[in-house]
Amino acid sequence: MSEELMQQILSISFYGASLALILIGVYGVLTKKNLIKILLSLTIVDSGVNLLFVSLGYIMNGTAPIFSPAIMDGKIEVLKTAPMVDPVPQALVLTAIVIGLGVTAVGLALVIRLFRHHNTTNIDEIRNLKW
Amino acid sequence: MSVLTVLIVVLGAIFLVVGAWYVLTRKDLLVATIASSIISLILSVFFLILQAPDVALTEATVGVALTTIIFVVTIRNTKRMEE
Amino acid sequence: MKKIIIILLLAVIGYFLADIFFEIPFGEDSMVVSKEYLDKSPNDLHVANTVTSIVVNFRGFDTLGEVTVLFLASTAIGSILFRRRKVHTKLNPQRNAPHASRIVQISAKILFPLIVLLGAYVFIHGHLTPGGGFQGGVIIATGYLLLLVTYRKFSVSHSSLTWIEAIAGVTFAGIGVLGLILGKDFLENFLPVGTINNLFSGGIIGIIYVAVGFKVASELTGILDTMLSIKVDSEENEQN
Repeated sequence: MSEELMQQILSISFYGASLALILIGVYGVLTKKNLIKILLSLTIVDSGVNLLFVSLGYIMNGTAPIFSPAIMDGKIEVLKTAPMVDPVPQALVLTAIVIGLGVTAVGLALVIRLFRHHNTTNIDEIRNLKW
Repeated sequence: MSVLTVLIVVLGAIFLVVGAWYVLTRKDLLVATIASSIISLILSVFFLILQAPDVALTEATVGVALTTIIFVVTIRNTKRMEE
Repeated sequence: MKKIIIILLLAVIGYFLADIFFEIPFGEDSMVVSKEYLDKSPNDLHVANTVTSIVVNFRGFDTLGEVTVLFLASTAIGSILFRRRKVHTKLNPQRNAPHASRIVQISAKILFPLIVLLGAYVFIHGHLTPGGGFQGGVIIATGYLLLLVTYRKFSVSHSSLTWIEAIAGVTFAGIGVLGLILGKDFLENFLPVGTINNLFSGGIIGIIYVAVGFKVASELTGILDTMLSIKVDSEENEQN
């Protein structure tokens, strides 16, 4: 398989998968009635965006942005043989994943509280009941 | 990148899309939660292939372990089936 | 009818998003700021893992905000679920849960120290190997999760968690303010940087990541303990 074709296939796979995850997640948020299902859809959107960010920073045949030093002529030098992938999207996604966990946890705590009040997790019924 | 990696990526992308659809269509919320944790697992393999080991480690611990357990606790305290 | 409208809407959004995405070439070098980071991280700061140096040093303010958001999330969960816990203070939280089997109990006892050790390794070596404060903290919280789901009687003390969290947060902010006092910027490095790939290298990065590790571990353990100790009432539990 040639390098060009490989790059095409990888591009379609990564971008297509992240696009599909985002669209499926938004579809779930808009159509589902169950609160837990809506939060699951939100985590799917989260995953899609994270995958998109990291794949934007990738460089073909690059290595992870971690340096390995080597001793040359009694002096420590940093080896740089291959190009390194972009570290900034990785740092941003690292932040986003942990924040996503916090948001999901708060949302689920609210779901538990709503269930105690209304005894249902269906948003239509909750809307009908009022407080 | 070898041919095997490309094959894994294509298969993983298909699994991701099918898994996301499965999460949305299942009526049993517990099964849907487990499916979403499998999505996270595939995603962490993807991050490793994309040379992002830090992100892969975070996704593996947060997405597979903690998010799943929080959802499971919530489902235990509410209803398991979606009507 | 509603579904058709939503699918049409998503088709339009998807078309334009795809149009933008596939314009961006995959796997090509398009770095602007990162070149600076990749150059400065090993040469000026002597940090092997560039992602760590970006998270803690170049974008340290961002990380302080993130830790604050996590703290707010754990506080919010505690206050949202507070009422029911106060009513049932004297009761064992997991009264309805059956005992875990003996095999699970013994293996949890054996695995717990190893998991905590792995978490500590990950956040202490954050500037040398993949990993860091967030990952290490989450791994330690997973270890506590194992104990929480295995033993009915096990529960963590929330006051000591609050203390650990407070001390770690004050350490993080205090190091930033110390930089201001010593004539540098907020969260700028003021310690000697050492040799690359040594444990004591990178100046303040190691200290901050240890603080972040403790903070994340205590916050997530608090969240898990709060959510797992919800008492399921028998009358509310009927329809399950």
